[in-house]
Amino acid sequence: MALKKNSSVAGNRYLKIFMVAFALAVLFPFSGSLELSAENFSVSDVWAEDAAGGEPAATEGEGADGESAEGEAVESNEWKPAPPPVLETKDYPLIPGFNSRMWVWYVAQLHLFFAAFVLGVPMFVWAIELIGVLSGDKRYDRMAHEFMKVSMTGFSLAASFGGLLAFLLFVCYPDFMSYMTSIFGKTMIFYAVLFFAESFFVYTYYYGWDAMDNAKMKKVHLALGLGLNIAGMTLMVVSNSWASFMMAPSGIGDDGAFLGNVWAAINGPLWNPLNLHRVIANVAYGGSLTAAYAAYKFVTVDPKATEDRAHYDWMGYTSFIVAMVGLLPLPFAGYWLTKEVYGYSQQMGITLMGGVFAWLFILQAVLIGAIFLSANYYLWCSLGRTEAAKRYYFMIKPLGIVIVIAFLMWFTPHTLIMTSTEVTQVGGTHHPVLGPFGVMAAKNTAVNTLILATFLSFQIFRRAGIKAVGDGFWAKNGTAIQVALYTAAMGNIVILGVYSYVIPASVRIGLSVPQVCTTAVVIILAMIIDGKMFKKSEEVSETKWGQMPMRSQYALFMLAISFTWLMGLMGYCRSAIRQHWHVYTVFRDNSVEAFTPTLPFAALHVTIIVVIFMALVFFMFWMPILASKKGKVGAEQKAH
Amino acid sequence: MKILRPLIPLTVILILYFALKEGVPYLGSQLHEGTWPVIPTSVMKMYVFFIAVGVLLIFTFTDDGFKANIGPFAEIYLNPDRKIIRFVSAVLVGCFGAWVSYQYVKPTFDAPVELRSIHPAPPSNAKMWGKTYSIGTLKNPLREDKENFAANVKAGGEVYYKNCFYCHGDRMLGKGPFWDGFTPVPANFVDIGTIAQLSESFVFWRIGTGGPGLPSEATPWLSAMPVWHEFLSEEEVWKVILFLYDYTGHSPRVIEPHH
Ligand code: HEC
Ligand code: HEM
Repeated sequence: MALKKNSSVAGNRYLKIFMVAFALAVLFPFSGSLELSAENFSVSDVWAEDAAGGEPAATEGEGADGESAEGEAVESNEWKPAPPPVLETKDYPLIPGFNSRMWVWYVAQLHLFFAAFVLGVPMFVWAIELIGVLSGDKRYDRMAHEFMKVSMTGFSLAASFGGLLAFLLFVCYPDFMSYMTSIFGKTMIFYAVLFFAESFFVYTYYYGWDAMDNAKMKKVHLALGLGLNIAGMTLMVVSNSWASFMMAPSGIGDDGAFLGNVWAAINGPLWNPLNLHRVIANVAYGGSLTAAYAAYKFVTVDPKATEDRAHYDWMGYTSFIVAMVGLLPLPFAGYWLTKEVYGYSQQMGITLMGGVFAWLFILQAVLIGAIFLSANYYLWCSLGRTEAAKRYYFMIKPLGIVIVIAFLMWFTPHTLIMTSTEVTQVGGTHHPVLGPFGVMAAKNTAVNTLILATFLSFQIFRRAGIKAVGDGFWAKNGTAIQVALYTAAMGNIVILGVYSYVIPASVRIGLSVPQVCTTAVVIILAMIIDGKMFKKSEEVSETKWGQMPMRSQYALFMLAISFTWLMGLMGYCRSAIRQHWHVYTVFRDNSVEAFTPTLPFAALHVTIIVVIFMALVFFMFWMPILASKKGKVGAEQKAH
Repeated sequence: MKILRPLIPLTVILILYFALKEGVPYLGSQLHEGTWPVIPTSVMKMYVFFIAVGVLLIFTFTDDGFKANIGPFAEIYLNPDRKIIRFVSAVLVGCFGAWVSYQYVKPTFDAPVELRSIHPAPPSNAKMWGKTYSIGTLKNPLREDKENFAANVKAGGEVYYKNCFYCHGDRMLGKGPFWDGFTPVPANFVDIGTIAQLSESFVFWRIGTGGPGLPSEATPWLSAMPVWHEFLSEEEVWKVILFLYDYTGHSPRVIEPHH
């Protein structure tokens, strides 16, 4: 079993192909031309060579349904995959003054930030474009176009960091990467090819926007956008499978040797939870960054240019809504992911939530709270856009109080830090009445309350300037019914929360489901009632877009920064619970840099990465402005 | 513009601070004996920070509110005619800063504050009685033995009262005769935060290897819990585990098997 370093032959071949493909993919966005395409580089040729060379080739796993059940060894006399080698320190290239681990960390994180952004943005850009087409309102189209403009620099940066990451991984961790390529080689090539597709779509979609802006071509344009999203999404789920494999390997034997079925390796226990969480998070993240872009424009644009201000105010608002729609389901996707981590390995789960990393989850809760607070503040400030909103001001204080209380409950840590005097005073770590703090029962109650309160802020904002007219049933009783709905829901959530304190842990978990359902039902019903109530409505006072205080825009910046930080910390957390393993439990990391950093160390470096990223983001925001300055002076105005 | 207006949100924050610091423990002690007399400082700091932020947000979301509550700062620090109040406020802020710094640097006898994990992740394997146990898959062999269950529990009780009660107490509340001599204090088994949320294999590991067997996340205070595999037999440990769950009425956590 303890095979000494035995790099697999197949792995090395894929490795070369992958490197070449990636180098091309990185150069491609910078070349600025569309001529370079998959034709210049034919994967099938290389594969053909494989076969012709008579060297043993990897067994086809995907097609072989009949012969191989998932995860079972594929019988093949030609090629036996090697188990991962047992490495020693000297097997890792040592470059004086260069810390592989830290470099890979930094570059991977920066790549993920940009990639999440450029995958998230086209999803809602496409939706907004579609809304524009369906409603015939040109403003949507212009806004969608401008969102794409912002993400274009991000696309190049994502690709550059991705290329650098691949390069660093292969240079710094050759044996590990050769093991990974021996399993995922095919998907890696698929990834590289997909990247070409992504580039093709991104460029045609963005640069073709104006040219295709006519009745006949608009459909083609929308199809390009769809292609872009499909390519992007596929890219992401493919690369997610590598990360989830490293955490919870599947499709391999006890000794870590690949069994031959790629699908079994991809479809590990953490793959789908990770996919779901990331897709949603990417939309939310894209929204928060474009909101920051709009805020940046709002605060820098000439205050007298009221039209521009109105435009950026509206753009900021739209992005904000996108971020919120993405935000609300995230806690639940997060819980699913964590649950699966526990399910896969109790030890990993304890490390994650109860062990060394527990404190990171407090930081996470604090940042999520910061997101909720900024979001509510932005909504409250938005009430200032219309005079008539004053009649709702009385609700803000109680709402604020509920939000703060729920938030304090939500981040109360499970593992408390106490001075030794406090420990003796307290006499234990568990409260005699409340038991342990920071348990899911309390947190779920808090987070559902938080979501409902935020949604209520949003509802208030929506009806700020209008009132229902006519004497239909809903127009007259809608509000009363909604009040009853909220009251009943809060009662239900709180009672379930208190009840779950007195029952055993195994039953308790199940109670979070009715709590979530309550929240979801309230949100949906309230929306429906709103729709019926305001079917006929009249403006009480005009809504003045652009009449927003500067401080509300800083709430949008806060949102973007909190999101970025959150991603950095959680991504670190997810990756680091593998501890000293390249691939959990089968392939040990024996490099000198393999260590699990202390929390302050990790938090510090994540923070530095966030600062670097934010600096690059400002560069990214500034690029389109620069570009339009170089062209016609009026070009920018025309673009929106 | 009323220059003292910002004192309103400030007072609100202070009141909430004292309500948390003094009010909550007081109220708790009235409702239930043995409630914590303090909220740990680390948590308190976060609470106060976010309460302050929340109060500020609520007070400043309208333009009027913003002007009334934030404007005076500009008035104090930028208006040349406001010399006296500027001077006074600078002194006050300076004193507050000095007080905070002093709190941080003043010498104390306390051990440094560090995050300690009470239930650290168990190692996958543990060595006891010269054998290696796999914690992930280990089961209590006596639990299936329905026939001798009562006898085993009784024997476990004997083990407990001969060995454990000095620290963990006769009613398993963690308050045995020696309890307040230790940091960390002995575990309270009635509490739903200890054995109630652990699997038997985890408890077996913790009893077998004791304080010295804890991994590094449980430092800096390796607990005083003895290394019981040096004093008891494997069977005695399983019996005492049966007894712990039987006496407290908790059932051990069962780990769902995964695919
Ligand atoms: C010298 C005092 C002392 C004695 C005697 C003692 N313990 Fe402990 N025990 C402790 C301390 C201290 C802890 C640690 C609490 C902590 O880590 O917060 C502990 C922890 C435990 C835990 C872990 C609880 C948890 O939640 O992780 C178990 C189980 C336990 N003891 C069982 C026993 C049993 C069974 C005996 C008798 C065979 C025993 N103890 C005897 C002091 C003692
Ligand atoms: C409002 C709540 C939440 C928000 C806004 C949020 C946001 C995010 C974001 C933006 C990412 C990065 C995604 C990416 O890299 O593409 C992320 C990752 C992660 N989140 Fe959450 N999350 C939330 C709730 C949770 C919860 C409740 C948990 C678990 C208890 C959790 C666990 C994780 C983990 C483990 C990762 C790492 C996955 C990875 O490698 O990307 N999240 N989260």
